[in-house]
Parts: sequence; C-alpha cells; structure tokens
Amino acid sequence: MRPRILDDPPSTSSADTAPAAIELRGLTRHFGERTALQDVTIAVPTGATLAVLGRNGAGKSTLLRILATLLRPHAGEVTVLGEPLPRRGFAVRGRLGLLGHDPLLYRDLSGRENLRYHARLHGVSPDRVEELIVAVGMERRADEAVRLLSRGMTQRLAVCRAVLHQPELLLLDEPRAHLDPAAAVLAEPLIGAGAGVTRVLTSHDPRSALAEADLVLGLIDGRVAFAGSPQGFGDAELRELYG
Amino acid sequence: MRTVATIVRKDLLLELRTLETVPTMGLFAIATFVIFHFGFNRPSIQGQLAAGVLTVTLLFAGMLGVNRLFVAEREQGGFDGFLLAPVDRTAMFVAKAASLLVFLIVLEVIAVPAFALLLLQPSVGRSLPGLVAVLALADVALAVIGTLVSAIAVQTRARDLIGPLLGLPLLIPALLATARAAGPLLAVHGSSAPPGKWMAILALYDLVFALLAYALFDYLLED
Repeated sequence: MRPRILDDPPSTSSADTAPAAIELRGLTRHFGERTALQDVTIAVPTGATLAVLGRNGAGKSTLLRILATLLRPHAGEVTVLGEPLPRRGFAVRGRLGLLGHDPLLYRDLSGRENLRYHARLHGVSPDRVEELIVAVGMERRADEAVRLLSRGMTQRLAVCRAVLHQPELLLLDEPRAHLDPAAAVLAEPLIGAGAGVTRVLTSHDPRSALAEADLVLGLIDGRVAFAGSPQGFGDAELRELYG
Repeated sequence: MRTVATIVRKDLLLELRTLETVPTMGLFAIATFVIFHFGFNRPSIQGQLAAGVLTVTLLFAGMLGVNRLFVAEREQGGFDGFLLAPVDRTAMFVAKAASLLVFLIVLEVIAVPAFALLLLQPSVGRSLPGLVAVLALADVALAVIGTLVSAIAVQTRARDLIGPLLGLPLLIPALLATARAAGPLLAVHGSSAPPGKWMAILALYDLVFALLAYALFDYLLED
C-alpha cells in the first residue's frame, strides 16, 4: 500500500521554526511472524499534536511504545527529542510521559504512594504530587489503595503519573478513556492542547482526535495509509481507515 | 542509591500491605520442619544432617520468594514505570536483591528458632554468631541468583517452573558450601566457628555471581 500524503500541515509559527520533536524514517517492527509496523515515515514538529488513527491492531500502541523507548525498532530510524533511538534512549527517558492502556500504578499502594514513588524515580518534589492530586480532584481518595478505585479515578491518577515530571513529549494512548466529562475537563490542562508540549495521541473517537491534531497519521495493518494535515482528512479517508 | 532505596521502600510497603511472600515462605519452612520431624522418626538430628535439612528447607522456602519477586512489576506495569524514569537500570537489580535479602532474613528469624525447637538436638546458642555469618553469605547467594533468574522467569508463562529450574542448579555450589559450613556448628560438642574454607568459597561465589548478575541484568530489561 502506498501512503497518501494529505495536504501540507497548517502553517503555524511553531511548526515552521521548531525542529522536529519526532522523526521516523522507515520504522518497522515485528512481533514474531507478524509485522506490527511497516516502513512508517513522518516528522512531528516541536509543539505539534500528531493524531494516530486506525482500527484495533493497526499498530498505534506499538508506535507509542517505540517512541517511549519501551520497544526497539527492528528497522528504520527513530529520532525523539533530537536523540536517536534506541541507542540514546537514556537521554530521552524522563523527558517524555506515557499514558497508555495500563495505568502503571501498583494496585495495593494508594494513589499518593504511587505518585510519590514515581516522583522519587524522576527526582520530582512531593509538592508536585500534591499539586497534581488537587488538579485532578482526587484529594479525598488519594490515600485509598488503587485497587479500590474506579477505572475513571485510576485514570486520573495515571494522568498525574504521566505528567508528574513535566515532560516535553506526551504519548497518549486513548487518554480520555474511562474519564467522565468532568474528569476530562480537569485533565485537559495537563494532557490537552493547552499543555503546550508535543503530543502524540491515539483515540477510538477519530473526530475528536482530528479536532485537536496538527498532523494525522492513518495506519492500516501497520502501514501508513494517510499522513498529513487533518484538514485533508475527510469522511472518505475515515471510511477507508475504519472500513 | 536513592533509586535503590526508593524501590526497596516500595517493595517492603507492598509486602506489608499484601503479606503475600514472607508469610508463605515462613509457613512453608515450618511445615517442612514438621514433616521432617515425623519423617525421621527420631526425636532430634544434629551435625551434617541437621545442616542439610536446614539449608535445603531455607533454599526451597526462599524459592517461593524468588518466584514472586517481579510479579507486581510484570502484572501492574512496574517495569514500564521504572523504564520510563531517567535512572540506571541496574538499580532495579540491586533493589530487588536487597528486598529479597530482607525477606530471607525475616524468614530465618522465623525458621531457625522453629528448626531448633522441632528438630535440632544441640542448643544453637553457642554457635549462633557463626550460624548467622553462614546464613548471611548464603542469603546473599540466593538473593543474587534469585533476582537474576526471577527476572528471566517472569518474562515467561511458566515462571513458577522456570525460576527453580534455572535457579536450583546454579545454587548447588552455594548449597554445598552452606551445608558444609553449618555442619560443625550444629553438631553436639561441635565448633562454634564455621570452617574458613567453606566460608571463603561461599564469599567468592557471592562475589562472582553478584558481578555477573549486575553485568547481565540490563539486557534482561530490554524488550
């Protein structure tokens, strides 16, 4: 499949002048016999938001895990925040935040204990933990074991964990999953466009993802189907991507 | 060191909350001593036999802790959370070995008095400092090898099988040295100090495998 290059990305001051926060050239990743990503090429300017769209199993989460240094690419070049991966992965860790399907929280520790644990790993002050607990409205439940919290409350804590160290790059895999509208509003300054950082996000709601994207990458079976501006991404492309 | 302390603190807190590992190890050791007590059909044992029973029981009880060492990291995203932090990956190895060491020490605080009560003929009082030194070196061996094999086993589906299958053969030299060093301490009218040769072998084993595990561990965390 040959990727369709959609219209050029909208001209914004940051996109014009800023160096690329992410550059992928021919990125390929396999899981055994299965190819999860094949020849993915795209550049994301610093400060921009890339929406990665595709059906379940299209390779969205794999792409995010490679950018997060948790998976190694099997072919191609990956540069994140100016550092080539996986060789310089250590220079990128701590500068990115990952909010994935798994909240990365210990179920038998409280939310506050989990966040303090991650804060110590990242060398962040405990004051930042308290600030974030208030920001997501978890003051009254922060001392309960995570296993006792609803999935939505756990997701609020996962948002806190992802942004605890004020990362330059946010990798957001279905970031608003399980959040009710009020919680989504609370999380918006932390992970939304207002966060002011480069973002890569996936969503099962492509229209809302397109609404906040500067760039869109459509994947079908791990291959790039579309890449470019969301303005060039219409109903026909959505139908092609999601069948 | 700060990262190591952070992970150890978290591990101990998790164990205090769940009580999944140390009580299991302690109960296993006591149950084993009770079975030996009836199985031997004699009131007590001493010397090399006692040392063998104590060492093997502690080893098997320790393997229960080894099997659970990385379960929370694997099942609750602890590995990913750690790998996303800008810290030295070998801190995870040192911290997990230290946590396992603490679990083993608590196990022995429970198991050794139970062993003395249920099986041992001579009083352990006079030889206690020597026995503590032997068990300390044995604990380091089990903590180092246990952490290494647990990190390998937890990546597999059959982790409860893979851990002992890899760990026990590697631990045979340590088991041998521990039993030989403890034998004279547990004999009636035995020595109050462990034999220097076996202590030196045990210490050398600890050093070699600690360096080897430290060097290898980083690769185990790679995908």
